[in-house]
Amino acid sequence: MIKADILMTGVGGQGVILASDALAEIAMKTGYDVKKSDSLGMSQRGGSVVSHLRIGGQIFSPMIKKGDADFVLGFERLEGARWLDYLRKDGIAIINNLAIPPLSVVGGASKYPSVREVEDIVRQRTDQIHFIPGTEIAAELGNPQVLNVLLVGFLSFFLDIDEKAYVEDLSQRVPPKFLEINLKAFARGREEALCRKQTGHH
Amino acid sequence: MRKLLSGNEAMALGAYHAGLSLAAAYPGTPSTEIMESLAKFQGIYVEWSTNEKVALEVAMGASYGGVRALASMKHVGLNVAADPFFAVSVTGVRGGLVVICCDDPGMHSSQNEQDNRHYARFAKVPMLEPSDSQEAYSLMEWAFKISEEFDTPVLFRSTTRISHCKTVAEIADSPEMKRKQPRFVRDLHKFVMVPSNARSRHPLMEERVQKLSSYFETFPLNEMILRDRNTGIISAGVAYQYAREVFRDASFLKLVTTYPLPENLIHRFASEVKRVVVVEELDPFIEDHLKAMGIDVIGKQLVPIVGELNPQMLEESATNLHLLPQPDTPPSARTAEHELPPRPPLLCPGCPHAATSYALRRLGFYHIVPQDDPASQKQAAVHHKRQGIIATSDIGCYTLAVYPPLLALDTCACMGASIGQAHGLEKAGVTNKIVSIIGDSTFLHSGITSLVNVVYNEGRGTVIILDNNTTAMTGHQGHPGTGISARGEKAQRVVIEDLSRGIGVRDVNVIGAFDLPTIEATIRRCVETDEPSVIVVRGDCPLRVREKGKPLAVNLEECDRCYNCLRVGCPAISRDNDDVRIDTLMCVGDRCSLCLQVCHRQVIKVRDR
Repeated sequence: MIKADILMTGVGGQGVILASDALAEIAMKTGYDVKKSDSLGMSQRGGSVVSHLRIGGQIFSPMIKKGDADFVLGFERLEGARWLDYLRKDGIAIINNLAIPPLSVVGGASKYPSVREVEDIVRQRTDQIHFIPGTEIAAELGNPQVLNVLLVGFLSFFLDIDEKAYVEDLSQRVPPKFLEINLKAFARGREEALCRKQTGHH
Repeated sequence: MRKLLSGNEAMALGAYHAGLSLAAAYPGTPSTEIMESLAKFQGIYVEWSTNEKVALEVAMGASYGGVRALASMKHVGLNVAADPFFAVSVTGVRGGLVVICCDDPGMHSSQNEQDNRHYARFAKVPMLEPSDSQEAYSLMEWAFKISEEFDTPVLFRSTTRISHCKTVAEIADSPEMKRKQPRFVRDLHKFVMVPSNARSRHPLMEERVQKLSSYFETFPLNEMILRDRNTGIISAGVAYQYAREVFRDASFLKLVTTYPLPENLIHRFASEVKRVVVVEELDPFIEDHLKAMGIDVIGKQLVPIVGELNPQMLEESATNLHLLPQPDTPPSARTAEHELPPRPPLLCPGCPHAATSYALRRLGFYHIVPQDDPASQKQAAVHHKRQGIIATSDIGCYTLAVYPPLLALDTCACMGASIGQAHGLEKAGVTNKIVSIIGDSTFLHSGITSLVNVVYNEGRGTVIILDNNTTAMTGHQGHPGTGISARGEKAQRVVIEDLSRGIGVRDVNVIGAFDLPTIEATIRRCVETDEPSVIVVRGDCPLRVREKGKPLAVNLEECDRCYNCLRVGCPAISRDNDDVRIDTLMCVGDRCSLCLQVCHRQVIKVRDR
């Protein structure tokens, strides 16, 4: 792997920043140069969250240039679509198929985009789209909060970083009583990506 | 040791390793994590001060006492601390004194976009600017050295993308961390700024700037990279990183000493390249200086003066000016038909500010809008409170109540302004009833003096102090009203209602944050009286306390779809076609119960688990 520019997006409280922190740390320990930049400030209060993560030989800008990201990892459908301009042509879009309608939609002032519409936006850039039922799988595993680790697991399949490095980082990062479910979520996400590759299913 | 650090963590660690003894700060995005990181280190004194002015005065005292000290704050914090900042520039220091200020281009969490580099020139204080976490760490040692050697405070300027970005830094494994022995040596000419002494200090300040300028000519962290000589870029801070990203082959002069500028170095660089381009965020600070030096530069025609810079903005603009060939950036993936709904930040479910905001919205609307008529909503958004209560507001989470559906506020300017503004409106003769809304931390920061002013000048103002027992917006820091120190230990608590009574307010009320009828009735009563009044609305921030009550649910069979509950603006309540739903994961349950109180058919109920 020469470089990976990853844009992670979601809604405040979904664990976007934690996921990008973990992945940044893992990449650094593997020997890469890493820079990351989060939108902080008011995001904790249910706003849109975006994290730029850049991994490579030597990185200058901590922010990804529009049209340069190799991956857009959307923790939520609308937020996945919102930041899609960052994806490069033929990059990989991984979108958790979950809708969290913002207040403007709740109040009836605007409309939440359908799966079809989001797909339409993604197709302008790439055919490599993965809609994942991440929240459902996480709930099946017993805790919807492990969605972020599950998505990192899925993404890890495409990155040139040893699987052991993730497991090691999780073991240090996660409190012991939540470790097992987090490791399961990671493995399950990675498996999901492998499955899709084998079946050629996007 | 290689470490992935945010700029804020790196500055804290750099200062600690440089032998820091004391640090004082007031929280403010994007600077807050500097103090939070410092508070984890042992052997130094740290505090959240009541405001930035106090913080800098505390650091100044420590410096006079011979030890290394720092004060950190956000850009607008330096406005509050401007008085001591200018003062300590005149007196100079004993122990090294570093003032860290973090600007917020793009206003991610700020009320303005001021460029604090001007403060360096204004106060005749040297300024250092790191361009990543490595420099944030390494420069700190230099900052203290320069401060002591040149007898000056040093302005250490960061921006959001330096403070909050994480980059890899090489950190000393076993730093010396030699702290100085505190000792105050009397020196009336240096420390007592009566005019006769100050007059003799001013020429020394001018001389200091000259000396610093020559010193910076050979400063090791300024870096000249000569490659393609057609374009030579002068830049600093994160803008330098964007420029390196976009101009792959150009020559560079990276400056970390941005005041005073090393003029000979700049002249030398300019003579090596065909055209000089200055890449800097916000004001043309470097550009103007270069023009005054007689150097022809491309500056603000390339980088806009407004807003935060980013690599694609720089690339597009450079392409338009033919500084770079056309990149093959794909066109936008979204067309006009793909317009997506925005997702602005909101008051959280269970927010103790929600009930007061809702009450204000109703009091603001009540003359023109039939209270529960959804059809008037749109009109109300335009014409709201033409006759109603005016609510001057302040800096904090509660400012989010300005957004729909609450639309509860009329002003928000700067820390502590709400009380003075309300007093001014009243004394100017505006006939509306007026209340000011201010948070606990903001009141203790700079609301107190304004309340004293109201008492003294016989105002009638009603001050609503929203007390959530923390500094919430910046991530739950302690303040004098919490009785919790920067290290998270128990400290002396200042009781806001006692303080208010102590300065002469007779009508002081304390109400629970979710008691909507009492909040509304008390506001109605207080605005009718002829004396100042204080209403403390108290309830813990749900993001800090994280307790849940019994869950709430809507009985859809009896619900008449009036959607009053949606007007509370709670993110846990949503509309699914015509039905109203409460998200039990987000809802804090009957700890809050605001929706239950506004439901006129009382079909929102506490659910049995």
